[in-house]
Amino acid sequence: MAGEKRDIKVIIDDVRKTYMGRTGEVVALNGVSLDIRANEFVTVVGPSGCGKSTLLNIIAGLLEPTSGKVICNGVEVHGTGMDRGVVFQQYALFPWLTVKKNVMFPLNMKGIKGQEAEDLAMKYIRLVDLEKFADHYPKELSGGMKQRVAIARAYAAEPEILLMDEPFGALDAQTRTQLQQELLNTWEREMKTCFFITHDVDEALILGQRVIIMSARPGRIKEIVDIDIPYPRNQETKMTPRFLELKNHIWSQVYQEYLEVRK
Amino acid sequence: MAKSSKGKGAISDKAKNWLWLLLSLAAALALWTLLSVLPNTSRSFPNVIVVLQQIPVMIERNVLFKDISSSLISVGLGYLLGFVIALPVAILMAWYNPFRRIVEPWIQFIRNIPPLAYVPLIVIAAGVGRKPQVIVITIATFLIMCITIYQGIINIDETLIKAARVLGAKDKDIFLRVLAPASLPFILTAVRLGASVALTTLIAAESTGAFAGLGMRIRSLNNNFETAPMLLYIIIIGIIGITVEKLIKLLERKLTGWQEKREI
Ligand SMILES: Nc1ncnc2c1ncn2[C@@H]1O[C@H](COP(=O)(O)OP(=O)(O)OP(=O)(O)O)[C@@H](O)[C@H]1O
Ligand SMILES: [Mg+2]
Repeated sequence: MAGEKRDIKVIIDDVRKTYMGRTGEVVALNGVSLDIRANEFVTVVGPSGCGKSTLLNIIAGLLEPTSGKVICNGVEVHGTGMDRGVVFQQYALFPWLTVKKNVMFPLNMKGIKGQEAEDLAMKYIRLVDLEKFADHYPKELSGGMKQRVAIARAYAAEPEILLMDEPFGALDAQTRTQLQQELLNTWEREMKTCFFITHDVDEALILGQRVIIMSARPGRIKEIVDIDIPYPRNQETKMTPRFLELKNHIWSQVYQEYLEVRK
Repeated sequence: MAKSSKGKGAISDKAKNWLWLLLSLAAALALWTLLSVLPNTSRSFPNVIVVLQQIPVMIERNVLFKDISSSLISVGLGYLLGFVIALPVAILMAWYNPFRRIVEPWIQFIRNIPPLAYVPLIVIAAGVGRKPQVIVITIATFLIMCITIYQGIINIDETLIKAARVLGAKDKDIFLRVLAPASLPFILTAVRLGASVALTTLIAAESTGAFAGLGMRIRSLNNNFETAPMLLYIIIIGIIGITVEKLIKLLERKLTGWQEKREI
């Protein structure tokens, strides 16, 4: 408990998860262990179906592991908690609520009501640059805007840990880059702990302090790569030799796994 | 999904829509008039003027308003009851799998039987008068509304529930702030389909030895081959149907305008 352990925000301890599929048992995660430090930004890459989303859902408390445990702030995770926020790939905005009401949702859940909730929500909406759209419904927004609302809503719950499941996966390259930059800015300012899943090796590298490479079948951690590139990182970072070197390495590792899956 | 051209270029579009509607109406009248002169169909389709003249005649006979109000009461009551039963049953089906497993096959089975077939059984059990009419309409509307609402509830995007949970929602919040608004569009669709079923079941319902009613009157007029008032009554049923549907559609637009896509 003493010493550097205090810095550990999330302990993933030998987590196994099996699903009962129609064709029998599917081992989604087979003994995953990982410590995430406070304020750390870790990114996760791996072939499709290797259990990334499963792991995120277990940390979020949306799924129970079959065995093993997740400890968050020293407490074993059972069910969701306001200390952990999630941004889903499919945005998951409430379509019947306006942008502002969406962002107010977690505030209302905390018992913050009325003008106070509205003011707070507007603060987070401004953070993602959408104050002009506060009274719009999600259907009136573009994909990138929706994802920004989802991020604002997750921030509004003021979680210490942000869990993101391919949040920018559905976006075009420009919007994606812009949102990555915004995310890095807020992360550096607010110092949250981030657990970020992506398919995009560039994205994993530009954001993360560590990149977790997962292997398929059975889903486990294959390698953890420290990204020793200082922040602030931007588009030019992608041209540096160190970035390219790391990218090459991670790429080949992921590609190997991809080939495994194809076999 | 579909391109929504509604709401844009509002004025000219609206005028155009009305114009087309008028044209459609005129064409229908022309067709009707044609049917009223052709030798084969003229007996079944008296012309517009003759049919309109039946309005004062039926009022004179002291039946028109009684029939309309009697039918509306039966349809309204049956429909309301159907909805009040369908909503909790649909929720229960979505929420508790064993219940669904048992009840859904019944619903699917009965749904495919024309109400007219089981009307005699209901009359034997419930006697004649208002009661069997309401029961028949309740059954028919319950079946369609229950299935529609149930389908809607189970198709609610699960990530919305997950998102709500992650944002601190408890079971009660999930129910009131996610499941309820998310199923509102399906409930309204069910309400619309239910209304249409209620009306189409009317004839069957009023074959239960009713003393008044649009459906009952059509049958009794049929016995005397009084085609002009029959046609009038048929048109009245049509007008009631389309009015109710338009009103519900208006309600849908008001309440679920946030929807991404609009289903039929
Ligand atoms: N509810 C479920 N029932 C049965 N099997 C499941 C279920 N959810 C996931 N799986 C299986 O578990 C494995 C891991 O799924 P998961 O969604 O975690 O993968 P992923 O790494 O997030 O993939 P992707 O990159 O495509 O999102 C897959 O083989 C999948 O088929
Ligand atoms: Mg996934």
